[in-house]
Amino acid sequence: MSSILLVAGILVCAVQAIRATRLLVAALWLAGTSGLLAILLYMLGAHEVAVVELSVGAGLVTVLFVFAIGIAGEEAMDAHGLLPTPLATGLAILPLLLLGWLILPVNSTGYLAGFTAGTADFSNVLWQQRGLDVLVQIVLIFAGVVAVLGLLAEVPAGAREDKVSPAEGVRVPSNKDLLSGTTILFAPEIRNQQAEIPGDHIAEPEQAVEEAHR
Amino acid sequence: MNLAPLNVALVGVLGLLGIGMYGLLMTRNLIKTVIVLQILVKAAVLALVMAGSAAGQIHLGQSLALTVIVADTIVAVVGLALAIQVRRRCGTLDVQALATLRR
Repeated sequence: MSSILLVAGILVCAVQAIRATRLLVAALWLAGTSGLLAILLYMLGAHEVAVVELSVGAGLVTVLFVFAIGIAGEEAMDAHGLLPTPLATGLAILPLLLLGWLILPVNSTGYLAGFTAGTADFSNVLWQQRGLDVLVQIVLIFAGVVAVLGLLAEVPAGAREDKVSPAEGVRVPSNKDLLSGTTILFAPEIRNQQAEIPGDHIAEPEQAVEEAHR
Repeated sequence: MNLAPLNVALVGVLGLLGIGMYGLLMTRNLIKTVIVLQILVKAAVLALVMAGSAAGQIHLGQSLALTVIVADTIVAVVGLALAIQVRRRCGTLDVQALATLRR
């Protein structure tokens, strides 16, 4: 009975995490999902994973979400999603029906009715049999740290001035610019080419100036 | 249907997968997308532990679930860092607005 309540709570928390309009509230519902999932894992006999899920899923990841939301800020968005709601619902339910159709015959035979603890110790399985997995985890952690350091690094002020925003690259030239021979920037790529060859003008403004002189 | 913990967990796996897929199709916010990915991975973790329990190799299922949790955390960290950079450079977290940007 308690497992039914736990699964119901997990599903409710997951639905609320998706339905929440505020990102911070969604992150807290996700933390609730992780906490309830940790209890369910403990009931299933996976004690070590339950502890890791509780500490990492409900603790560390929630702190990361709060940190990221604090930096990026809340953003109001329209209610409608990427796809129409009936289409998204159908696309989500269809794989579930197929998966349930595959799994439920196994379930009816009683294969999943009970579980037994394996003979091997968890530490033996983790360090001896799945030692490569531990190495992969270590490499993943280092790669993640390096990636985050690279992504969150501040761009130097001098390097930022050289970059052209998309809005600057599509500025429409005025008649005054054409008559005075001012170089007009039509795209960031053209501007970069001009920066390599000083004094070289872009073809379109020159032709326009010549036509204006005629 | 026998309401053993494993059967209930099977319902939980299917429910979390459905909610996650629906959210992935409907979410436009980048940070919300990472949240939905977390829900999907929780379904995978529960499925691994459930399968390990059913097969009598709970420790093997736990070991694999532990690897998935570590990989999922790295994915969340890198995804959030990417979302922060997108917000800084483009001023929005809306996936649809990002897709319509022109250089």
